[in-house]
Formats: sequence, structure tokens, C-alpha cells
Amino acid sequence: MWFELGSLTLEHLYLVVISIFIAAAIAIPAAIGLTRREGWRRFALGLANVFQTIPSLALFGILIPVCGIGKITASVALVVYAILPILRNTLLGITGIDPAIRESAVAMGMTPRQILVEVELPLAARSIIAGLRVATVATIGTATIAAAIGAGGLGVFIFRGIASVDNEQILAGAIPAAIMAIFADEGFGWIERKFAVS
Amino acid sequence: MSAIVEFREVNYSAGGRPVLENFNLAIEKGETVVLLGRSGSGKTTALKLVNGLIFPASGEVLVEGKSTKDWNSVELKRRIGYVIQEAGLFPHFTVAANIGIVPRLAGWHQEKITGRVTEMLANVGLPEYAERYPRSLSGGQRQRVGVARALAAHPTLLLLDEPFGALDPVTRLDLQRQFRALRETALFVTHDIREALMLASRIALLCNGRLEVLAEPGEFLHSDNQEARAFLEVLESVV
Repeated sequence: MWFELGSLTLEHLYLVVISIFIAAAIAIPAAIGLTRREGWRRFALGLANVFQTIPSLALFGILIPVCGIGKITASVALVVYAILPILRNTLLGITGIDPAIRESAVAMGMTPRQILVEVELPLAARSIIAGLRVATVATIGTATIAAAIGAGGLGVFIFRGIASVDNEQILAGAIPAAIMAIFADEGFGWIERKFAVS
Repeated sequence: MSAIVEFREVNYSAGGRPVLENFNLAIEKGETVVLLGRSGSGKTTALKLVNGLIFPASGEVLVEGKSTKDWNSVELKRRIGYVIQEAGLFPHFTVAANIGIVPRLAGWHQEKITGRVTEMLANVGLPEYAERYPRSLSGGQRQRVGVARALAAHPTLLLLDEPFGALDPVTRLDLQRQFRALRETALFVTHDIREALMLASRIALLCNGRLEVLAEPGEFLHSDNQEARAFLEVLESVV
């Protein structure tokens, strides 16, 4: 039991970390690109919103014929869910910068790349991290459902508990997941405060 | 003597509306030309044409004899200091980093940058503020840092867009006096007739995108131009 708890927790953590990492690698550059193309912005946010409204079990179901069952399908679904909060917060963080600051950066002869690296990203960092925080906490919860398609993780306890009407099993999955979510929330909150500017 | 900046028959329009029409003006080395006008008269547009933030629809703007269209965009901007209202300081940089930014972008050695920053901080009367962040400064102090930042890389010209507009009158007068003492070549935008009379070598009065009057402050006081009279009435309204 304890050994299984440990290995399922690690498996859960692994799913979450991989998914958030991939989602960030897609969403942050995409958001940076979108700050330069106002027309695409609404379309991209709309699309991300639509994905967000698909129930997770349905999304897993849709993906199984394409990706099979297991960790890959689960990760793809988790990435899709995590993209929106990261994308939206990165966009808001960059577009919310005082126009006077961007104007003086341009007027001082900064190249677009220097403006991005030295001004826009540092000033948007807090908002980007807030997006990662929301995405991570949500993914820890959603990842429990991944057990339904054989991806493992703490959901294994929960589904087994439901099937055998065993509350102890359900709690053995739910409590560690909740603790993980609280730690992730606090951890990102701490980093977020480190980046507080003005 | 050749002009530092020269507007030649410049036209510029935005959204189908002409903002500047047949605008001609030359700024000589060492003088401060004040662009005076009401909101929407085209004065900020004129300023932005100089450092290539925008380009004329027709005509040309020459900086040191070369059209802004022919300048390398980044190089042109680094030669020109730019100060705006509320300073536009980078909130995540210290005061020293803010002042040293253009020298750093231009690739100066760290030692030379540090020396220049110390010098500029002393010049604007803030020698102990190097490691502070903009949020902990007063409005007047921020504006001083804005001026120091604009001057740090020895620009050939300063552009100022209502730099002292948001300050209380006492601080404003203090900064205006200090600015006058700098004797930089500058193009200064304001809607405040008193500021114009105090700082200008010459006043260029703009109205609806047209240059109405170009005169030294002494002459300006006696201008019979209608728009000039409107501004001078503001002075007379003060008892």
C-alpha cells in the first residue's frame, strides 16, 4: 500500500510536470507572437476557450483512437487544458505594460528583441507565473482522471475505490492529490511574490 | 552653420486628418526651440518625426543633415535623448540601471557607464539614489532621472514632450530652472505659455498642424497673431 502510494504519487507528479512544461513551451511563445498580431489574438483565445469547455473524459475519449491509451494520450489532453491559462496570462502581462514604458524603450533605440527580453518579459513575469500556477493546480486535479485511460497516477486509487465502494481507497488518492495541489499553489505563490515589481 | 534638425515641407496625416501641414523649422546647435500649441495641434507628432518613431507622408526631416528615412533606425534613436511625461522609467531597473541603459545598449565599458551614471546623478541632484527603484521616488525625482537618462549617452539633441506637465508648480519651476542651466540643443513640447517663454530660445507656435508664429520670446510677447494672442491672454488672466 505505502509503496504503491509512493509510486503512484511520483507517476502523477511526472504527468503534471511534463504536461505543464510542454504547455508552457507552446503557450508562452505563442502569446508573445500574438502580442504582435492583434487580429489573431481573439481567434487564438477563442480556440483555447473552446478546448477548455470540452469535458475531460470526453477529450480522453476523442484522443484514444488517435493516440491510443496510456500516458501519451493523457499528457496531450492535460497540455490542451493547461494552454489557456498560460496563454491568457502571458498575453495580459505583456499587453498590460504601460505604453509609456514601451514607447521610451523604442525611443531609446532598443531593438524589438531587446524590448522583449529586457522590458516585456521581466514586467510580465509575475502574470506569466500566475498563469502557470492556475494551470498546474488545475492539472493536478484533472490528472486523476487520466487513470481512466490507463495513464496511472493517483486516480488509480480513486477509480479503484469507486469500483469497490471503498472510501479509504478514494481518500488515499484524493488526499495526496490535494496536498500536491496546495504545495504547488504555495510554491508558485512564493515565486510570484519574488517577481513583484512596482 | 548647419542645423541639427531641419523640417522641410513636412506633411503628416493620421486617420485621414492632416496633423502637420507644410511644416518648416530648423533647430540650430545650442538652442532650445519650444513647440507651443493646444492639444491636437501637432506638436507631439513633430517630435516623433525627429527620432523616427513616425515618418512624414511627404517632405523630409533632416537630422544632422541626413533624412530620418536614411538613418539606421536604432542608431538615430540612440543619438537623440527622449523625455516624456511621467518619465517612462523602467520600474524593474534601479535608477542607475535606468540612466545607464543607452550607454549599455551602445556597448560602453562597465567602468565608463558607472562613471557616467555617477556624474549624471550628481548633475541632477540625486547622488544617493543610484540603487533605488523608480517607485520609491517622488514625481520630481523621477523626472530628473528621466532627464539624466536622456542625457547619459551624450546625445546631439534632446526631445522633451511636456516633461514637467505632471509636477506640482513649485517642483516644476525648480526643474525648469535646472533644465535651462543645462543649455542643451533641444526641441521642447509644451502647452504652457509661461514654460515656453522661460525656456525657449525661439518659440514655434502650432495651430491645427500649421506653424503660426516663430519668434524669440521677446518678440512673441508682441505678436499680433490671433493664436498667439489667445495664449498671451492666459498670462494676462493671472493677476
